[in-house]
Amino acid sequence: MTKALFLSPHLYQPTLLSKKATRDGYGDALLELGRTNPNVVALTADLSESTRSNLFQESFPNRFFEVGVAEQNLIGMAAGMALNGKIPFVASYAVFSPGRNWDQLRVSVCYSKANVKIIGCHTGLTVGEDGATHQALEDIAITRVLPNLTVICPADYWQAFQAVTAAAEHEGPVYIRLTRAASQIFTTARTPFAIGQAQVLRPGNDVTIIGCGPLIYEALLAAEQLEKHSHLSVEVINMPTIKPLDERTLLNSVNKTHAVVTLEEHQVVGGLGSAVAEVLAENLPTPIEFMGMHDSFGESGKANQLLTKYHFTASHIMHAVRKVAARKQK
Amino acid sequence: MDSAQVDPQIFQLQHRALLIRQDIIKMLAHAHSGHTAGAMGMADIFAALYFSELNYRSHQPRWSDRDRLLLSAGHICPVLYAALAQAGFFPHEELQTLRQLGSRLQGHPSRTYLPGIENSSGPLGQGLSQAIGMALVAKLDQKNYRVFCVLSDGEHDEGQTWEAILYAGQKKLSNLIAIVDRNRIQIDGFTEDVLPLESLADKYQAFGWHVLEVDGHHFSEILTAFAAAKTIQDKPIVIIAHTIPGKGVSFMENKPEWHGKPPTAEEAKQALQELNKL
Repeated sequence: MTKALFLSPHLYQPTLLSKKATRDGYGDALLELGRTNPNVVALTADLSESTRSNLFQESFPNRFFEVGVAEQNLIGMAAGMALNGKIPFVASYAVFSPGRNWDQLRVSVCYSKANVKIIGCHTGLTVGEDGATHQALEDIAITRVLPNLTVICPADYWQAFQAVTAAAEHEGPVYIRLTRAASQIFTTARTPFAIGQAQVLRPGNDVTIIGCGPLIYEALLAAEQLEKHSHLSVEVINMPTIKPLDERTLLNSVNKTHAVVTLEEHQVVGGLGSAVAEVLAENLPTPIEFMGMHDSFGESGKANQLLTKYHFTASHIMHAVRKVAARKQK
Repeated sequence: MDSAQVDPQIFQLQHRALLIRQDIIKMLAHAHSGHTAGAMGMADIFAALYFSELNYRSHQPRWSDRDRLLLSAGHICPVLYAALAQAGFFPHEELQTLRQLGSRLQGHPSRTYLPGIENSSGPLGQGLSQAIGMALVAKLDQKNYRVFCVLSDGEHDEGQTWEAILYAGQKKLSNLIAIVDRNRIQIDGFTEDVLPLESLADKYQAFGWHVLEVDGHHFSEILTAFAAAKTIQDKPIVIIAHTIPGKGVSFMENKPEWHGKPPTAEEAKQALQELNKL
């Protein structure tokens, strides 16, 4: 499986993996799209550098639009551009877009099927020191309820790069959820990516972990530890597309393991875990442990401190896997 | 209205506006729901737009060089539907399906449903931003089409409207023409009681727009403003159209309670009788 996905040869050696943030994948892919697709335009609301839109801005100033701190106008302008044939990429922090401009996203973009790509940076706890106001932990919930909208949360730099490229080719609105902090790059430029397709990063038989975003790498490390020390065979599925969900890959795995841990830097209400639970409840009722934020805001701190405090480390994942394996046996 | 004038173009537009008003009354009475006053008040402006000013091909609604008309205040869509039907975008008899299950004439307009609709609207404040996006694309693609956006005065309560006004002024978008339906009513009463907007003209001017004010029922003023808008090179243009909500029907004029309700069958009959006397 590792071979078919062309994952890094140092998959289980985190110190050997280079690190970049998924927002860097956006910046680099957008720059590339600027060169290859003349219809691509980019907009930002006073956050050019930290969303990495500045690379495109410097190379293609005529196709770059700085709208100021005005996220409602930002997404409305993008809708107008899309309805006139452009492919606008709209980048801001997710708490502002789609957080502040959800009504505009709903009506100007989704209802009109406007071909707008919404880039939500600074999601999850790993935003760190800026604290709760800037840590988007609700964005999956508010985007996946919108008809016509595709929702993607890439796991690392290369996956973000590929998701942005795929979004440009996809006809219709797409939301891409990105992170600020550098994280291990465990996929490669050759790893296949398609919207709506999950990736079985590691096969296993006893428990399925399904996650999205950079946290999925912690799940891989946890799975390896569990295999070594607890003789638990854990399947790890990366689910970068939250909507539409790859139900087939999910059901194939759970038909085998009959126990699930979901993992996301997001509220457990309404996120990936909820999407997984909806599918399983209807097709294959299964014990699930939901790892995520349990109805609380984040706070200031270093990214690794926050991940520890809010139970997102490999050891917390191992605990959840053991717990759901025990529930299955009852 | 300038009924004393004999200018044949104006005479034709007056007749067109009458037909639009009749359609609005019939549609709303048939639908038993919808917004009457704003739609009636904008009939003259829409007659001037669709039967004099706008460049379009009704048989080819997405013709790339067409002028774009965005309706930001979606609730007055009966006036847009009536104008589009009369301009040949869809069969006239379809007007009677307004707000019914399966109709392309949704309660608030949807771009994906009906030919001629450029933007989906309803929630206020969203149209001008989209119009700016379209005007920027016209400049980027070096196209000559213009982008018109019809706003209500009430939706100037929305912050997004001002975000858009600020942006367009700064970008000097002279291919953008906003038309404000200054009818001075909104759902909860008169605009100057709910959240005063005056001086609206000064505000637009301060944000870098070229401001024109017209009597929204006086065709020679409307056409003169449209002609003047074409000469402006370095600013977006706003035409503040002073209109009478419910215009043409005595018992509807200037009554906030007619903002959001349709006429009953009896009221519609009376309204049509009044209109026929104009």
